[in-house]
Amino acid sequence: MKGNAHERSLKQSVDWALIVSYLILVLIGWLSIYASIHSSEPPSIFNFDFRSGKQFVWILSALGLAGVIIFLVNPRLWEAFAPHLYILVAILLVAVIFLGKEVNGSKSWFEFGPVSFQPAEVSKITTSLFLASMLSRTDFSVTRFKDFLKVAAIIAIPMLVILGEKETGSALVYLGFIFVLYREGLTGWLLSIIGLVIILFITTLTASPYVSIMILIAVVTFCNAINEKHFWKMLLFLGIFLLAGSLFPWLWGLLTDHIAASVQKISDTYTVTLPGQEKKVFWAFLLKIKPIYFLIAICLGVLPRFAIKAFKEKNVFGGASVITFLVGLALIFSTEFIFNDVLKEHQRQRIEVLLGMKDDPTGVGYNVKQSMIAIGSGGFFGKGFLKGTQTAYGFIPEQSTDFIFCTIGEEWGFIGCLAVIGLYVFMIARIIIDAEECREKFTRIYGYCVAACIFMHLFINIGMTIGIMPVIGIPLPLLSYGGSSLWAFTVLIFIFIALYREEKKYY
Amino acid sequence: MRDDRQIKILIGLGIAAAILLGKIFYIQVINGKYKADSISNSIVKEVIYPTRGVIYDRNGKIIVGNKVAYDIMVTPREVTAFDTLTLASVLDVDPQLIRDKMAEYRSNIKKIGFQSVAMLKQIPAETYMKFDEVKYQFPGFYGQVRSIRDYPINAGGNLLGYVSEVDAAYIKSHPEEYSIGDYVGKTGIEAAREKDLRGEKGYHIYIRNARGRIESSYKDGAEDKEASPGHDIMTTIDADLQRYGQQLMRNKLGAVVALEPSTGEILAIVSSPGIDVSMLADIGKHYEEISSNPYKPMFNRAVQAYYPPGSCFKIVNALIGLQEGVLTPSETHPCHYGYQFADDRKLGCHGHKSPIDMEESIMMSCNAYYCYVLRNILDNKKYASIDEAMDSWHKYVESFGFGKKLGSDFPSELSGSIPSAKTYNKFYGKGRWNSTTVISLSIGQGEIAVTPLHLANFCATVANRGWYKIPHLVKEFEDIEIDPKYYEKHYTMVDTTQFPKVIKGMWRAVNSAPGTGGTAWIAQVDGLDICGKTGTAQNPHGDDNSVFMCFAPMDDPKIAVAAYIEGGGFGAAYAAPIASLMVEKYLNGEIPWGPRKDLEARMKTSYLLNRVRIRRR
Repeated sequence: MKGNAHERSLKQSVDWALIVSYLILVLIGWLSIYASIHSSEPPSIFNFDFRSGKQFVWILSALGLAGVIIFLVNPRLWEAFAPHLYILVAILLVAVIFLGKEVNGSKSWFEFGPVSFQPAEVSKITTSLFLASMLSRTDFSVTRFKDFLKVAAIIAIPMLVILGEKETGSALVYLGFIFVLYREGLTGWLLSIIGLVIILFITTLTASPYVSIMILIAVVTFCNAINEKHFWKMLLFLGIFLLAGSLFPWLWGLLTDHIAASVQKISDTYTVTLPGQEKKVFWAFLLKIKPIYFLIAICLGVLPRFAIKAFKEKNVFGGASVITFLVGLALIFSTEFIFNDVLKEHQRQRIEVLLGMKDDPTGVGYNVKQSMIAIGSGGFFGKGFLKGTQTAYGFIPEQSTDFIFCTIGEEWGFIGCLAVIGLYVFMIARIIIDAEECREKFTRIYGYCVAACIFMHLFINIGMTIGIMPVIGIPLPLLSYGGSSLWAFTVLIFIFIALYREEKKYY
Repeated sequence: MRDDRQIKILIGLGIAAAILLGKIFYIQVINGKYKADSISNSIVKEVIYPTRGVIYDRNGKIIVGNKVAYDIMVTPREVTAFDTLTLASVLDVDPQLIRDKMAEYRSNIKKIGFQSVAMLKQIPAETYMKFDEVKYQFPGFYGQVRSIRDYPINAGGNLLGYVSEVDAAYIKSHPEEYSIGDYVGKTGIEAAREKDLRGEKGYHIYIRNARGRIESSYKDGAEDKEASPGHDIMTTIDADLQRYGQQLMRNKLGAVVALEPSTGEILAIVSSPGIDVSMLADIGKHYEEISSNPYKPMFNRAVQAYYPPGSCFKIVNALIGLQEGVLTPSETHPCHYGYQFADDRKLGCHGHKSPIDMEESIMMSCNAYYCYVLRNILDNKKYASIDEAMDSWHKYVESFGFGKKLGSDFPSELSGSIPSAKTYNKFYGKGRWNSTTVISLSIGQGEIAVTPLHLANFCATVANRGWYKIPHLVKEFEDIEIDPKYYEKHYTMVDTTQFPKVIKGMWRAVNSAPGTGGTAWIAQVDGLDICGKTGTAQNPHGDDNSVFMCFAPMDDPKIAVAAYIEGGGFGAAYAAPIASLMVEKYLNGEIPWGPRKDLEARMKTSYLLNRVRIRRR
């Protein structure tokens, strides 16, 4: 201990709001893990035989780790050793593919006796540090192509290796670093295009290719409209198109339902119903036609006209739009191909369920369905602590790790979900605001990296439990059971707190 | 610019959070589906099936009871390797069936979880006993008691109807009341009285975990409900008479309906060919056989067949004529083998003395006489036109219950049809027909269609001298109440004073000495004072239909019977013997040795199915 002067400066320099929200989230996580224990006689929350007891140990050790980072480690060292740590973890990431233990079809865990450790979790920290150190160099600019390639490599290397470990979820988190690059001056177009790709990908998975194509048409037309003289006219046209396009599947559904209803069994005139006969209905062939066929037909009919027009007028933007549209279409229709060749069997199955291609309540759709049932059954106020039936009776798989949010949704209802998401949003916003205050570029960029990591985990994890994201195993920061994840996020956040404190101490 | 991007990023963060919260709000607050799913998810209701109500005859004999059968249940997750051949031989099934079923369960094991499924349904108690002895060799298999229908007396068939497992369509149309595995009355009394007979299901509620294993009893059984058995039904049927009717009608197409005139209670209602009660208990097994039978045993002729009433209808015309004042009992008309109503057109009649009065016309069933009667009714000067006269006649006929559903508690009763002026205007054009055009109506032919139930009800109306109570099958019994409409008297438009006049003719038709011209002397039973009327209805599908209606005793009628035998020829050939035997059996209990016993034997053994060409319906 360094005496009174230090303590005072600790009080003033540490962002207590961040630490308090961290502690509340960890506490909520611990209680939720306890609540999701499936047992007829609830054990003590400290019982080490159960996950709540183990998590208690993880929490204590994480707090110890936080103390070490704040009090014992010189924050300057993080920047200095960022490249070394990055390389060390990169080696571990590759090594785990050969030496790791296989869990759920992915090899990403090292096992040392009772303790397991996932390098992918640590990689988030080292990548953030290295990215911050690279971007904060005085002669460095993301807008320069060469420099952009460097940062792209820093992000892509661990991401690809983790993809190689079949941990799609963890790999997806690295896309969040694009927000950091955007903040540091990367053109908004890249963010937009990546955003569009992700949205198309997700809507193809969760909604339908029809919706994806509608979105693609809307975006391309809108971007085109900005450069046009007839802006309002095109906007009006777009509005009408979107309205008609969204009403059409509904109307078509009504029509086909009507036809399907007339293709029904007719019963005998006697009091007994004899085995039914199919009545032949002429319009029955319409049942096989899907609304998307119309959409594609319209697209293919209209597109050449635009292409020829753009070519004649030498309109580069128009040409680019046509190409973007075609690429987008190709993306939408190649998603299936991507699933079949890029994704692992269990991931593909989960995605197939999201697509509605398989609807087997006890099969692969089980996870999402049960998770949504659990959350939905919570209602507005929830069932109350330890009163959940869905989580407690084991309907939710991995209910204390990836699906911990179900317990919150079921037992604390919408109020609880609002509070938890609100806490996360507060935490992320607070980090961003703190980061912006910093004069040290390294601290600021690192802060953004932390915010991006927490955000990506939050969105993907909760999105998966409520059916708007595919089921890709990824923990909810600070809440999910498990030492690896808790430690990683503790270190990630407390390094920022320490760096921020350093700012406050000296400036 | 930097600040600008910071703001944009924060806005983006806000939007992302709003998307998550929006979807959460939707599934937690707006869409109630997930809440309902969570209940069905973790709470399992084990249904306790009630026993169905017993059906008694009017004398308290059980006609439909219950007996115990067993379903062989399997919990696939608890099954260990077992000897398929032993199990198959014990259960008396093909080993391949067991192998197939087990393979099916294995492929659906996820869906089934720890639940049990019924592998074999309704095996008899004897087979189950054999299984019970060796059950210990087959872990995962057990028997579940199920109550099924039992028929101690072979009486009923179509009348009783059958019970079978509800199908998907039925569940869809009765979503609150039935679910998979429930049984429901499909036809006959079982269907008509389903609500009383079925009882109320009970249930035990358990909490189960995600693997379907029962964790505990829900709220310690506080919300459990015991099954309450169905209400017993007492029918108006006389089981012995019903069975006797079935025996008489064997190998004949047609129907016999017997009523108690004073109450409208149906004593027997036979449709032939019918369904044997032995088939009812396991209708599924016999369904193919029943539905492929060309004589349509499912078709209940007693209430659904449209027949011309033939000469029985002369009574109706006589009563209308009397009421209208265009006929008096002493009025005589000549008949020389028929009625010449145009130069080249004659409605024929059989040979009998001429001229005759009204009583004799009933007794001898003269066609010509009723041509005069009908023409007098329709050409009555008090009506401005034939249309008006025809509609008046139509109203009279309807007041006897014809041409409409009587409103009995038997399901699927049909209305028959009685023509009106409209019918003929449509057929011939307004003003292009007259009383001679519709002359067949006088003798119950032409555009008239009645069911045997209508005919029996008419006979009861005559027996009651002018009123009827709606025929019905269920009596008030214990806590079963019946519709008060069955206690109401329905008077016809003909004064009660007119009836004795025709009854005298009906008495003479049966009780005149052979050779004096009475058409139904064969129905005569000493001391019973049977009054009857024969009918011989033209049948486009083959030999004439034999029709007879009668009641007895004349002064205090206890039973009214209508018999209709397709292709039976003269009314006196089959219908009159069968109907009179029914009366005799009901009133005397036994048929004495002698000519009546011989007649009974002849009726029981005669085969008339080949007299009618099979129609494709």
